[in-house]
Amino acid sequence: MAAERFPVEAGHVMTFARAVGDPNPIYADTEHAAASELGAVIAPPTFAIASAQFDPDYPLRPTPGQEWYGSGGGPGLTRDGAGGLHAEQHFIYHRPLRVGDVLSVHTRSGEPWEKSGRSGRLLFTEQITEFRDQDGELVVTMRSVGVQREAAS
Amino acid sequence: MGLRATDLTVGQQFETVVVDDLKRTQIVQYAGASGDFNPLHSDEVYAREIAGYPGVFAHGMLTMGMTARALTDLLGDGRLLRFGVRFTAQVWPGDTLTVRTTVDGVSDEDGVPVVELSVVTTNQDGTDVVSGYAAARLDA
Repeated sequence: MAAERFPVEAGHVMTFARAVGDPNPIYADTEHAAASELGAVIAPPTFAIASAQFDPDYPLRPTPGQEWYGSGGGPGLTRDGAGGLHAEQHFIYHRPLRVGDVLSVHTRSGEPWEKSGRSGRLLFTEQITEFRDQDGELVVTMRSVGVQREAAS
Repeated sequence: MGLRATDLTVGQQFETVVVDDLKRTQIVQYAGASGDFNPLHSDEVYAREIAGYPGVFAHGMLTMGMTARALTDLLGDGRLLRFGVRFTAQVWPGDTLTVRTTVDGVSDEDGVPVVELSVVTTNQDGTDVVSGYAAARLDA
Protein backbone atom coordinates (compact mmCIF):
# COMPACT_ATOMS: atom_id res chain seq x y z
CA MET A 1 0.00 0.00 0.00
CA ALA A 2 2.25 2.73 -1.27
CA ALA A 3 2.82 4.80 -4.34
CA GLU A 4 5.15 3.00 -6.68
CA ARG A 5 6.00 6.16 -8.58
CA PHE A 6 6.02 9.58 -6.95
CA PRO A 7 6.74 12.48 -9.32
CA VAL A 8 7.77 15.64 -7.42
CA GLU A 9 5.67 18.25 -9.21
CA ALA A 10 5.93 22.06 -9.01
CA GLY A 11 2.25 22.75 -8.27
CA HIS A 12 2.12 20.05 -5.63
CA VAL A 13 5.21 21.41 -3.87
CA MET A 14 3.80 24.95 -4.00
CA THR A 15 0.43 23.98 -2.51
CA PHE A 16 2.11 21.85 0.17
CA ALA A 17 4.39 24.74 1.21
CA ARG A 18 1.33 27.04 1.35
CA ALA A 19 -0.53 24.51 3.50
CA VAL A 20 2.23 24.43 6.13
CA GLY A 21 2.34 28.25 6.03
CA ASP A 22 5.82 28.50 4.55
CA PRO A 23 6.28 31.41 2.08
CA ASN A 24 9.95 30.53 1.37
CA PRO A 25 10.50 31.16 -2.39
CA ILE A 26 12.80 28.10 -2.63
CA TYR A 27 9.59 26.01 -2.79
CA ALA A 28 7.86 27.96 -5.58
CA ASP A 29 10.00 30.51 -7.41
CA THR A 30 12.03 29.00 -10.24
CA GLU A 31 14.22 32.08 -10.80
CA HIS A 32 14.99 32.51 -7.11
CA ALA A 33 15.81 28.82 -6.83
CA ALA A 34 18.03 28.83 -9.94
CA ALA A 35 20.10 31.64 -8.42
CA SER A 36 20.39 29.89 -5.01
CA GLU A 37 23.11 27.45 -3.98
CA LEU A 38 20.58 24.62 -4.51
CA GLY A 39 20.00 25.63 -8.12
CA ALA A 40 16.45 24.25 -8.28
CA VAL A 41 13.08 24.38 -6.56
CA ILE A 42 13.11 21.88 -3.68
CA ALA A 43 10.34 20.42 -1.55
CA PRO A 44 9.78 21.23 2.16
CA PRO A 45 11.20 18.72 4.69
CA THR A 46 7.99 16.79 5.34
CA PHE A 47 6.83 16.66 1.69
CA ALA A 48 7.57 12.94 1.22
CA ILE A 49 4.44 12.16 3.27
CA ALA A 50 2.39 13.60 0.37
CA SER A 51 3.36 10.57 -1.73
CA ALA A 52 -0.04 9.37 -0.44
CA GLN A 53 -1.48 11.33 -3.39
CA PHE A 54 0.13 8.79 -5.73
CA ASP A 55 -0.88 5.70 -3.76
CA PRO A 56 -3.78 4.20 -5.75
CA ASP A 57 -5.12 2.42 -2.65
CA TYR A 58 -4.60 5.16 -0.04
CA PRO A 59 -7.44 4.56 2.44
CA LEU A 60 -7.78 8.16 3.70
CA ARG A 61 -9.15 9.48 0.41
CA PRO A 62 -12.69 8.96 -0.90
CA THR A 63 -12.95 6.73 -3.97
CA PRO A 64 -15.85 7.17 -6.42
CA GLY A 65 -18.34 4.33 -6.16
CA GLN A 66 -17.07 3.21 -2.76
CA GLU A 67 -18.51 4.01 0.63
CA TRP A 68 -16.78 6.87 2.44
CA TYR A 69 -17.11 7.10 6.22
CA GLY A 70 -17.31 10.91 6.56
CA SER A 71 -20.54 12.83 7.04
CA GLY A 72 -23.05 13.48 4.27
CA GLY A 73 -26.77 13.46 4.94
CA GLY A 74 -25.90 11.57 8.13
CA PRO A 75 -22.97 12.04 10.50
CA GLY A 76 -20.83 9.28 8.97
CA LEU A 77 -19.85 5.74 9.86
CA THR A 78 -17.75 4.13 12.53
CA ARG A 79 -14.93 2.39 10.73
CA ASP A 80 -13.38 -0.93 11.67
CA GLY A 81 -9.88 -0.39 12.93
CA ALA A 82 -10.42 3.36 13.32
CA GLY A 83 -9.11 5.21 16.32
CA GLY A 84 -5.43 4.82 15.56
CA LEU A 85 -3.31 7.95 15.90
CA HIS A 86 0.02 9.07 14.56
CA ALA A 87 2.57 8.66 17.37
CA GLU A 88 5.94 9.45 15.78
CA GLN A 89 7.41 10.51 12.48
CA HIS A 90 11.08 10.45 11.48
CA PHE A 91 12.93 11.51 8.33
CA ILE A 92 16.49 10.90 7.20
CA TYR A 93 17.52 13.13 4.30
CA HIS A 94 20.21 12.00 1.89
CA ARG A 95 19.57 15.05 -0.30
CA PRO A 96 16.66 17.50 -0.75
CA LEU A 97 13.77 16.45 -3.00
CA ARG A 98 13.81 18.53 -6.18
CA VAL A 99 10.96 19.38 -8.52
CA GLY A 100 11.40 17.03 -11.46
CA ASP A 101 12.52 14.08 -9.39
CA VAL A 102 10.57 10.92 -10.10
CA LEU A 103 10.83 8.77 -7.01
CA SER A 104 10.16 5.12 -6.49
CA VAL A 105 8.66 4.27 -3.12
CA HIS A 106 9.10 1.10 -1.10
CA THR A 107 7.35 0.60 2.23
CA ARG A 108 7.86 -2.22 4.70
CA SER A 109 6.42 -2.84 8.14
CA GLY A 110 8.65 -3.00 11.19
CA GLU A 111 8.03 -5.25 14.18
CA PRO A 112 5.01 -4.14 16.25
CA TRP A 113 5.40 -3.52 20.00
CA GLU A 114 3.23 -2.85 23.05
CA LYS A 115 3.29 -0.60 26.08
CA SER A 116 1.08 -0.52 29.12
CA GLY A 117 -0.49 2.92 29.42
CA ARG A 118 -2.61 4.41 32.21
CA SER A 119 -5.81 3.47 30.42
CA GLY A 120 -4.81 0.08 29.03
CA ARG A 121 -2.47 -1.46 26.56
CA LEU A 122 -1.11 0.57 23.65
CA LEU A 123 -0.27 -1.16 20.39
CA PHE A 124 2.42 0.42 18.23
CA THR A 125 3.09 -0.34 14.57
CA GLU A 126 5.72 1.18 12.32
CA GLN A 127 6.28 1.55 8.61
CA ILE A 128 9.60 2.32 7.00
CA THR A 129 9.48 3.92 3.57
CA GLU A 130 12.41 4.45 1.24
CA PHE A 131 12.29 7.01 -1.57
CA ARG A 132 14.77 6.46 -4.40
CA ASP A 133 15.37 8.82 -7.28
CA GLN A 134 15.45 8.18 -11.04
CA ASP A 135 19.06 6.96 -10.69
CA GLY A 136 18.19 4.49 -7.93
CA GLU A 137 19.86 6.62 -5.24
CA LEU A 138 18.26 6.73 -1.81
CA VAL A 139 16.94 10.28 -1.22
CA VAL A 140 14.72 10.11 1.87
CA THR A 141 14.04 7.42 4.45
CA MET A 142 10.83 7.90 6.42
CA ARG A 143 9.63 6.05 9.52
CA SER A 144 6.03 6.41 10.70
CA VAL A 145 4.78 5.05 14.02
CA GLY A 146 1.08 4.59 14.70
CA VAL A 147 -0.56 3.81 18.03
CA GLN A 148 -3.86 2.19 18.81
CA ARG A 149 -5.48 1.61 22.18
CA GLU A 150 -6.45 -2.00 22.77
CA ALA A 151 -10.09 -2.30 23.74
CA ALA A 152 -10.40 -2.95 27.48
CA SER A 153 -11.48 -6.54 28.09
CA MET B 1 23.60 30.36 2.83
CA GLY B 2 23.66 28.43 6.07
CA LEU B 3 25.03 28.77 9.55
CA ARG B 4 28.60 28.15 10.64
CA ALA B 5 29.64 26.26 13.75
CA THR B 6 31.05 29.52 15.13
CA ASP B 7 27.53 31.05 14.98
CA LEU B 8 26.25 28.52 17.51
CA THR B 9 26.84 27.68 21.17
CA VAL B 10 25.55 24.66 23.07
CA GLY B 11 22.38 25.55 24.96
CA GLN B 12 21.55 28.42 22.64
CA GLN B 13 17.80 28.67 22.01
CA PHE B 14 15.69 30.01 19.19
CA GLU B 15 11.95 30.68 19.24
CA THR B 16 9.57 31.06 16.31
CA VAL B 17 5.79 31.43 16.25
CA VAL B 18 4.75 29.28 13.29
CA VAL B 19 0.99 29.80 13.45
CA ASP B 20 -1.17 32.35 15.26
CA ASP B 21 -4.83 31.31 15.69
CA LEU B 22 -4.82 28.22 13.48
CA LYS B 23 -7.74 28.30 11.08
CA ARG B 24 -9.83 25.34 9.97
CA THR B 25 -9.16 26.48 6.42
CA GLN B 26 -5.44 25.81 6.87
CA ILE B 27 -6.23 22.28 8.07
CA VAL B 28 -8.35 21.81 4.93
CA GLN B 29 -5.47 23.18 2.81
CA TYR B 30 -3.18 20.62 4.42
CA ALA B 31 -5.65 17.79 3.76
CA GLY B 32 -5.75 18.76 0.09
CA ALA B 33 -1.99 19.11 -0.31
CA SER B 34 -0.98 16.04 1.68
CA GLY B 35 -3.78 13.82 0.43
CA ASP B 36 -4.77 12.83 3.98
CA PHE B 37 -8.55 13.32 3.94
CA ASN B 38 -9.22 11.59 7.26
CA PRO B 39 -12.54 13.26 8.23
CA LEU B 40 -11.24 13.73 11.79
CA HIS B 41 -9.36 16.71 10.38
CA SER B 42 -11.87 18.28 8.03
CA ASP B 43 -15.36 17.06 8.91
CA GLU B 44 -16.70 18.74 12.07
CA VAL B 45 -19.89 16.62 12.10
CA TYR B 46 -17.95 13.35 11.86
CA ALA B 47 -15.34 14.45 14.41
CA ARG B 48 -18.01 15.28 17.02
CA GLU B 49 -20.80 12.81 16.39
CA ILE B 50 -18.94 9.71 15.25
CA ALA B 51 -15.44 10.03 16.66
CA GLY B 52 -16.45 11.77 19.91
CA TYR B 53 -13.94 14.64 19.74
CA PRO B 54 -14.87 18.25 20.54
CA GLY B 55 -14.31 19.03 16.86
CA VAL B 56 -11.76 18.71 14.09
CA PHE B 57 -8.06 18.86 14.94
CA ALA B 58 -4.93 19.34 12.87
CA HIS B 59 -3.04 16.49 11.23
CA GLY B 60 0.07 15.70 13.27
CA MET B 61 1.95 16.11 10.01
CA LEU B 62 0.66 19.68 9.65
CA THR B 63 2.21 20.51 13.02
CA MET B 64 5.41 18.73 11.97
CA GLY B 65 5.40 20.65 8.68
CA MET B 66 4.98 23.98 10.47
CA THR B 67 7.73 22.96 12.90
CA ALA B 68 10.00 22.18 9.93
CA ARG B 69 9.58 25.75 8.74
CA ALA B 70 11.14 27.06 11.96
CA LEU B 71 14.11 24.74 11.33
CA THR B 72 14.68 25.70 7.70
CA ASP B 73 14.28 29.42 8.52
CA LEU B 74 17.03 28.97 11.12
CA LEU B 75 19.33 26.55 9.32
CA GLY B 76 18.93 27.43 5.65
CA ASP B 77 17.38 25.58 2.73
CA GLY B 78 18.12 21.96 1.96
CA ARG B 79 20.43 21.43 4.94
CA LEU B 80 18.49 19.05 7.14
CA LEU B 81 20.01 15.59 7.62
CA ARG B 82 17.55 14.19 10.16
CA PHE B 83 14.27 15.35 11.66
CA GLY B 84 11.97 13.35 13.90
CA VAL B 85 9.17 14.04 16.36
CA ARG B 86 6.75 12.42 18.74
CA PHE B 87 3.21 13.76 18.67
CA THR B 88 2.34 14.49 22.29
CA ALA B 89 -0.92 16.47 22.19
CA GLN B 90 -3.55 17.44 19.68
CA VAL B 91 -3.56 20.81 17.91
CA TRP B 92 -6.94 22.52 17.63
CA PRO B 93 -8.33 25.35 15.53
CA GLY B 94 -7.47 28.60 17.33
CA ASP B 95 -4.13 27.32 18.62
CA THR B 96 -0.99 29.44 18.45
CA LEU B 97 2.16 27.36 18.14
CA THR B 98 5.70 28.32 19.11
CA VAL B 99 8.72 26.23 18.09
CA ARG B 100 11.65 26.24 20.52
CA THR B 101 14.92 24.93 19.16
CA THR B 102 17.93 24.26 21.39
CA VAL B 103 21.48 23.62 20.23
CA ASP B 104 22.59 20.30 21.75
CA GLY B 105 25.98 20.15 20.09
CA VAL B 106 28.09 20.54 17.00
CA SER B 107 29.95 17.54 15.68
CA ASP B 108 31.80 16.39 12.62
CA GLU B 109 30.21 13.78 10.34
CA ASP B 110 32.59 12.64 7.59
CA GLY B 111 34.35 16.00 7.61
CA VAL B 112 31.10 18.01 7.52
CA PRO B 113 30.16 20.18 10.53
CA VAL B 114 26.72 19.14 11.80
CA VAL B 115 24.50 20.77 14.42
CA GLU B 116 22.29 18.60 16.62
CA LEU B 117 19.15 20.27 17.92
CA SER B 118 16.24 19.53 20.25
CA VAL B 119 12.91 20.76 18.97
CA VAL B 120 9.75 21.35 20.98
CA THR B 121 6.55 22.95 19.73
CA THR B 122 4.12 24.25 22.35
CA ASN B 123 0.65 25.73 22.22
CA GLN B 124 -0.59 28.93 23.86
CA ASP B 125 -1.15 27.08 27.17
CA GLY B 126 2.46 25.89 27.27
CA THR B 127 1.54 22.29 26.43
CA ASP B 128 4.02 20.47 24.21
CA VAL B 129 2.35 19.28 21.00
CA VAL B 130 5.39 17.79 19.33
CA SER B 131 8.88 17.13 20.63
CA GLY B 132 11.84 15.78 18.79
CA TYR B 133 15.25 16.35 17.28
CA ALA B 134 16.92 17.57 14.14
CA ALA B 135 20.39 17.58 12.66
CA ALA B 136 21.64 19.81 9.87
CA ARG B 137 24.73 20.47 7.85
CA LEU B 138 26.59 23.70 8.65
CA ASP B 139 28.88 25.73 6.45
CA ALA B 140 32.53 24.82 6.93
